[in-house]
Amino acid sequence: MNKHVSPKMNRRAFVIGTATLGAGLAIGLDIPFGGPAVVRAADGSPEIGAWVVIRPDDTVVIRVARSEMGQGSLTGLAQLVAEELECDWTKVTTEYPTPGQSVARKRVWGDFSTGGSRGIRSSQDYVRKGGATARMMLIQAAANEWKVPASECTAANSVITHAPTGKSTTYGKVAEAAAKLTPPADVKLKDPKDWKLVGKGLLRLDTADKTTGAMIYGIDVKLPGMLNAAIKDCPVFGGKLKSFDEAKIAGMKGVRKVVKVGDTAVAVVADTWWHAKTALEALPIVWDEGDNAKVSSESIAKWLAEGLDDAQPAFVGNKNGDAKAAIAGAAKKVEAVYNYPYQNHATMEPMNATALYTADKCEVWCGTQNGEAAFAAVLEASGLPAEKCDVHKVMPGGGFGRRGQTDYVRQAVAIVKQMPGTPIKLLWSREEDMAHGRYHPITQCKMTGAFDANNNLIALHYRLSGQSILFSLRPEALQNGMDPAAFQGVAQTGEAAFGYSVPNLLVEHAMRNPHVPPGFWRGVNVNHNAIYMECFMDELAHAAGQDPLEFRRKLMGNHPKHLAVLNAVAEKIGWDNPAPQGVYRGIAQVMGYGSYVAGAAEISVTDGSKIKVHRIVASTDPGYIVNPAQVERQIAGSFVYGLSALFYGGCTVKDGRIEQTNFDTYNSMRINEMPKVESVMVPSGGFWGGVGEPTIGIAAPAVLNAYFAATGKRIRSVPLRDQNITFA
Amino acid sequence: MANLTINGKTVTLEVEPDTPLLWAIRENAGLTGTKYGCGIAQCGACTVHIDGVAMRSCGVTVSEAEGKKITTIEGLASGNSLHKVQEAWIAQDVPQCGYCQSGMIMAVAALLNEKPKPTDADIDEAITNICRCGTFQQVREAIHTIASA
Repeated sequence: MNKHVSPKMNRRAFVIGTATLGAGLAIGLDIPFGGPAVVRAADGSPEIGAWVVIRPDDTVVIRVARSEMGQGSLTGLAQLVAEELECDWTKVTTEYPTPGQSVARKRVWGDFSTGGSRGIRSSQDYVRKGGATARMMLIQAAANEWKVPASECTAANSVITHAPTGKSTTYGKVAEAAAKLTPPADVKLKDPKDWKLVGKGLLRLDTADKTTGAMIYGIDVKLPGMLNAAIKDCPVFGGKLKSFDEAKIAGMKGVRKVVKVGDTAVAVVADTWWHAKTALEALPIVWDEGDNAKVSSESIAKWLAEGLDDAQPAFVGNKNGDAKAAIAGAAKKVEAVYNYPYQNHATMEPMNATALYTADKCEVWCGTQNGEAAFAAVLEASGLPAEKCDVHKVMPGGGFGRRGQTDYVRQAVAIVKQMPGTPIKLLWSREEDMAHGRYHPITQCKMTGAFDANNNLIALHYRLSGQSILFSLRPEALQNGMDPAAFQGVAQTGEAAFGYSVPNLLVEHAMRNPHVPPGFWRGVNVNHNAIYMECFMDELAHAAGQDPLEFRRKLMGNHPKHLAVLNAVAEKIGWDNPAPQGVYRGIAQVMGYGSYVAGAAEISVTDGSKIKVHRIVASTDPGYIVNPAQVERQIAGSFVYGLSALFYGGCTVKDGRIEQTNFDTYNSMRINEMPKVESVMVPSGGFWGGVGEPTIGIAAPAVLNAYFAATGKRIRSVPLRDQNITFA
Repeated sequence: MANLTINGKTVTLEVEPDTPLLWAIRENAGLTGTKYGCGIAQCGACTVHIDGVAMRSCGVTVSEAEGKKITTIEGLASGNSLHKVQEAWIAQDVPQCGYCQSGMIMAVAALLNEKPKPTDADIDEAITNICRCGTFQQVREAIHTIASA
């Protein structure tokens, strides 16, 4: 995909958009001479509905609106369209419509947002309908040509056949005629049991260029006459740029301009990025750091700890019975306080965007998880209307939630507006990327469990204190001030529902929002909620003198899907049999993003501080699985991301700024630290859950619970490096 | 000004001698397959071969690289036939986002040059690249597939 296709102008075509570097497509609209309009792709081939273009050589171009960032949904979404289209998979290619084109066509491709593990589950219905619609139009066109009823024709592998007469044709041959037909109103989708492509671990469509260096990421975009920019934003969040001494870098090699970016940042524009960065480092800058410069990790921790006190106000997210009364009268109580730190997404490719601004046009080329949000940012930052702006999506070198934000896009536009007519690529240094993340929110959690005299769990009080992402990024989604997403994994109902029945339950959130900007970090609130809940479940099991798996099972009778994945993991890892000599096991489960997941780890511990992870087993029930090979990779990748955060992560705050600056202080797991992940897929059908994120929630608690089994020591704080615990 | 031999061709580049080789390759030679990840020789995204040895090009200056044979991801294939590591990467669907994979492939190619049948321990020692997507399992399996071919 993403191959440049130069638009062959059809004489009758009115070009709405233009094909540009890396991604995007030109769309021509036939001026109708009676009959419905035919919309054409860049090369003149007709659209058969918005999702499918068929070329005369039978090539099938499938449009994908959601962003590929490594998770494989580009291929999965194409599989869903192709399944209904009944096309030849070997002839499938994909392309991204631009957000500008989508807006110009009344958002015909729907939502571009690629976060919350929604890429497939939130668009599967309409993209399958897109494929089915195109198939019906192609069959109808062939039937019309043969003057036979469409109901007597069948399609498979891009070939249409009329059995009674033995006639057959291909999609490429009838595409022109099909494009002129009115799309059918009634479109029926296949029964999942009849799927042929969906459910198969087909190879990804975007791999080859990633092995030769040919894939264009945002950092690789080149435009004629392009300059490069390096930027420094005030290291204290909320602080401002006071002044800079441009004279000190005058005459430095390659420097073209030094520009203020908003109220908070300064950028150097130069011929090469290396020159821009070198000059920026030599530029004397004075910041107005403001009051936030007094904030530290210690002051944040103290403030959050105060929120654990019942006397402080809190939002109730899940409740049944009377937990406080039951705890007060219980035979036995267990209490523990946990915490989870800020985390940086640390995508391999630092944030960047390339922009071109002229008096009547502003275009941006970037990796983004949300093309439409980036588009809206371009409109706002440029001040130009929608028809004069566009965003061309290129492959992001990782997203994990970070590239759903548009700060880097706004900066690029703010810079380029100061040099109209010259394209400029803004690239953050790794240090800038570490300093200006949208961090996993910081929280603490106090949990109290209570037992009756027979060691039955009768009450659970889960009190979270800390940051809300929605408060900062989507305040309109708050409900009377409460952040409903804060309860992901411990919610009463919905796509991240609590998996245990406790007669008296109170789940609440004392919201405290430090100045460090939070963001949607892979797994989001499921991460800390699953660590807190699943480690505490382990504590409760041991307090009751029961096996952690059996203890959970007794509370999960009303949650059969949660229980099924837990059982699948237990069986695969052999929970009922002893672990090898010196090896210890931990187990965990959670629901998130509409999917049920569970995991178990086998570890050994040397000197109480060196952990070797020998084995990981993980199960998932996302309802339906489109591409099991990619789901397997998402599960394994979630462990790498989650365990990197557990062992090496954690962003700390000093003088109002983030202390970690690069991978030497914010490390990530390497191949020697990561065992094979054995995936157990148990799709139970009937619903569509996400797969990119839920598994990360159980990565850390599975290992932490195994650590307790090995050492008898309970770890209640992340990251492990702060406790001098690391990989063996 | 520097003369660098990249992928078998000697090119004269307008670049200061203390520029990191990574940026000379990307911005002056225009070969963008080699990626910037950290700039401090930690992540390995910028791995190239210098006289056949896998090196992090962000930690090598242009003057240090002069007179040596530099191979980037773009020069790994021979003509139209991909290197066996690239072939295995495609056949086994190793990359996710793919950003670290140029460096990963270069590191693996160098390892296999030195040890055609590496053990897991050899892989653990030689492959120290960061992959935030977490492709390690596929990387290891693909290496073993190549080694057993």
